[in-house]
Amino acid sequence: MNNQLLLRSAGTMLVRILFAVVAAFPIVFMLISSLKPDQQIFGDMSSVAAFLPIGNISFDNYAAVFDRVPAARFMINSIGVSAVTVVLGIFINSLCAFALSRMEVRGKRIVFSAILATLIVPFQTLALPLVWWVNQLPYFELDGFSLEFSKGWLDTYQVQIIPFLANAFSIYLYHQYFESIPKELDEAARIDGAGWFKIYRQVVMPLAGPATATVAILTFLPAWNSYLWPLMVVQSEELRPVMIGIQYFFQLNVSWGEVMAYASLITVPVVILFIAFQKSFINSIASSGVKG
Amino acid sequence: MTLSPLPTRPPEAIAAAAKQSSSPTRHRRPRPGFLREQISGWGMIAPAAVLLLLFVFLPAILGFGLAFTNARLISPRPVEFVGTDNFARLFTDPTFWRALLNVTYFAVVVVPVQSALALAMALLINKKFRGVNFFRTIYFLPVVTSMVVVSLLWMFMYRREGLINQLLSTFSFGLIQGADWLNDPATAMPAIIALSIWQAAGFHMIIWLAGLQSISGELYEAAQLDGASRWHQFRYVTWPGLKHTRSLVLVTITIQALGLFDQVSVMTQGGPLDSTTTIIYEAVRSGFKQQETSYASAISLVFFVLVLLVSAVQRYLTREKD
Amino acid sequence: MNKKFTKILATSIAAAALTATLAGCGKGSSSSTTESSTEITMWTHAAGNPAELAATQSIVDSYNKSSGAKAQIKVQAFPQESYNDSVVGAASAGNLPCIVDIDGPNVPNWAWAQYLTPLKLSADLTKNLPSTVAKWQGETYAVGYGDVALSMFARKSDLAAAGVRVATIEKPWTKDEFQDALTKLKALGKWDYPLDMGTAGTGEWLPYAYSPFLQSFGGDLIDRKDYQSADGALNGDKAVEWAKWFRGLADQGFMATKSGKDSTQDFLNNKSGLLYTGSWAGDKTREALGDDLAVMPSVDLGKGPKIGGASWQWGVTSGCNNTDAAMDYLSYSLKPENVASVIKATGGIPATDEAAALIPAFAEGGANRVFMEFSRNYAVMRPETPAYPFIATEFGKATQDILAGADPQGALDKAAKAIDANIKSNGGYQK
Repeated sequence: MNNQLLLRSAGTMLVRILFAVVAAFPIVFMLISSLKPDQQIFGDMSSVAAFLPIGNISFDNYAAVFDRVPAARFMINSIGVSAVTVVLGIFINSLCAFALSRMEVRGKRIVFSAILATLIVPFQTLALPLVWWVNQLPYFELDGFSLEFSKGWLDTYQVQIIPFLANAFSIYLYHQYFESIPKELDEAARIDGAGWFKIYRQVVMPLAGPATATVAILTFLPAWNSYLWPLMVVQSEELRPVMIGIQYFFQLNVSWGEVMAYASLITVPVVILFIAFQKSFINSIASSGVKG
Repeated sequence: MTLSPLPTRPPEAIAAAAKQSSSPTRHRRPRPGFLREQISGWGMIAPAAVLLLLFVFLPAILGFGLAFTNARLISPRPVEFVGTDNFARLFTDPTFWRALLNVTYFAVVVVPVQSALALAMALLINKKFRGVNFFRTIYFLPVVTSMVVVSLLWMFMYRREGLINQLLSTFSFGLIQGADWLNDPATAMPAIIALSIWQAAGFHMIIWLAGLQSISGELYEAAQLDGASRWHQFRYVTWPGLKHTRSLVLVTITIQALGLFDQVSVMTQGGPLDSTTTIIYEAVRSGFKQQETSYASAISLVFFVLVLLVSAVQRYLTREKD
Repeated sequence: MNKKFTKILATSIAAAALTATLAGCGKGSSSSTTESSTEITMWTHAAGNPAELAATQSIVDSYNKSSGAKAQIKVQAFPQESYNDSVVGAASAGNLPCIVDIDGPNVPNWAWAQYLTPLKLSADLTKNLPSTVAKWQGETYAVGYGDVALSMFARKSDLAAAGVRVATIEKPWTKDEFQDALTKLKALGKWDYPLDMGTAGTGEWLPYAYSPFLQSFGGDLIDRKDYQSADGALNGDKAVEWAKWFRGLADQGFMATKSGKDSTQDFLNNKSGLLYTGSWAGDKTREALGDDLAVMPSVDLGKGPKIGGASWQWGVTSGCNNTDAAMDYLSYSLKPENVASVIKATGGIPATDEAAALIPAFAEGGANRVFMEFSRNYAVMRPETPAYPFIATEFGKATQDILAGADPQGALDKAAKAIDANIKSNGGYQK
């Protein structure tokens, strides 16, 4: 490597590190603060001490979190709800995008435009009519062998999942990604006698790794962070997701250290998921698809 | 919203694709498998379409319908049809126009800056190098950090005696006296903008990254063999290769920017003096806090139409010219 | 097929299966839609406050076990910060439980909306602190176990150093004395801003904390004669005087236009010398400062010190199918020992003297007795009208605007006009 190249790559690394510092400091602050008593968090706030583990450091806040919030239960709920939303969402949305992108379906332009239009409706404005609406929907429950029927989806897991499965953003992302996969791959498969679903499953989806990873991460986030909706539709504590837990700390006297500890705890699963999924960004068309 | 024409293929595919028409409108004459394609196609679209119909369209129409009534969140009084009263009130409300101005300001800055920064971040961590996973994770952290924590920290940093002003004063050797960022009508919106970009850039970085990964490595190899500089590689390989991703990022950033709400709700509540209020913030304030459901619905409807127009114009301007 | 994709798919299916099992327990076991007449549900805002929740739960348990129990009560707890959103969601779906917890000033709004039914209790409420009983149009709709009281906190040592006397209930600070005290405290040079009024607060804090000053000046949120107009009360001379005074505190550098996120912590960290907040900060500050702590009444700005009255209260919904049992439980829960046990947990001010006698800090000579005196002497109810939630948001915004430098008369005129329009469009909020 010659000097110029070396210099350049060192420069790039420096920029990378600079970005990393800017991006990371709140997390550092959160983790550090979760180890401090409230008064010290505020005392350290306007100096660099806010980012350093100095002073009175302990895990007391973490212990206290579990006295206040059924954190484990909330965590399990959120993992379950988010996982199902992600998995079913990937399937439903990629399937829809596949048809819209790679098949000559009559009327697909209108459908696609209509789907994109749903991106614009902010959830806050939808929330109240939606609460009323889900309470009108029929609810089935398998009780032993008999099917029980009742009205209203309030206070269930499904009300936290089903309304959010179809997602215009995921469809859009898949659609744009599918557009960049050469269509003659489909043609070849068709000649080999493959049906459309087979093409979807065995030709296109395996090449869409980065898109799937992106959709997985980006649908997991809102599912994990959902807050306003469960607040309005879930009454039982045993069904609540993690974000509602944060509100448990805002009493007349706020325990900021516990807020930080809880926030740290609930950030961990998202980071783990991200680390797991981002490996598929490497798994691109560039390395496997076109040639295979 | 209109659709861009079906995009062209990657270069190496063009020849093969020439045999097959790229536009659906030319398929007037049913060809073999046409019916089967229609049935499977609609079958694949149906689950998502039905769900969106049930859980977005229906409640949205329900909500928009309320805009023409006097419905309240909590009220024993019967709901009456009042025509366009709510809209008349809305268009004469100076706060609404201020909100519109603020949102425009926000979008005009955030859309280009955030998409460019996100692309830069994606480029920095696109290729494999030692520690790439570490950097990717770090860059993504702001997106996953709880808004409660983010707002708490930034509110402290933005205070007059906060960290940002201390840094400013240190690095300018005391020349720059920082503002009381969130409390000054002139600086509150820029402060919200900086925070928003910081928090959301990682989100769009992920989208760019997926797009970058769809560009064939062979194209870069070919370019390098031709002795193309880094800039030329970006200009003639990367940038055209991101065509589809570009429109995705542009549309979603614009919609997100126009729908600004969370940061404002947590940090400034629209103040000081309406300098950070937004259309959605006003809708939520009217609908939830002030119980004026119908007025909030009117705001939402106007917002929807506005964003629809902006997106249509955007897609028209960025349409691919054949 | 790509191996990675298969792997992801397999993992995902496993995750889905796991959740399906989890969802096997299906619908929330304590859903209010399934309540029968022998089991009624009660909502509280106490989630996240283990002590308060435990106290409430133990009252419920003892009632459920008692021989006279007319129904089994089931408690569902929600976090306080977002309690209102939960309730609004349930209300818009027509899914409210029998007994609800509700913030006092919102009671008339709920009563008007016919969500609440008038209370018919066997318990005697005449000796309660007036601010713990919520009435509207002659009927009682909700009752609380206690209240909270706004106060001024300072370090005695700071006051002595500045040469400022400790204000007392017999002799509160006047407007001039307050000005003088702030000037002297500022002169000590110990703090950027000597006074912290919690100006970063939002929502209900704004009318709760600052409308009493307005009332002490002689203004009000609305003309209480018939609750039909804010014009003259909220934007009259007295109100403008209040606005100018309030803004002046910031202009003179006595307080920040936007304080820190937690004013109690800032006070304890010696970032302010005089703290204006609720009685809930009493125990925490005393613990930190001991005898150096001075708890003082609010300022007399003309019409005597005023503080906001009414905290969380209990009501019975009109959709309840066993009102009899709900009333019976509420009467039971209002026994002095029950009130005392909850109040001990919340750190509030007990509603009755009988309950106070059971709590050492509030008994005669107790450290917190002073808060009870504040409440008894100074509490003003926030206007008892269904328009209150709207008034609160308008007043809150006007206050924030005035602090940010808006013209006082203009900001108050705007709020008064909006309030009057709202009242009119609701047909005067008549029954």
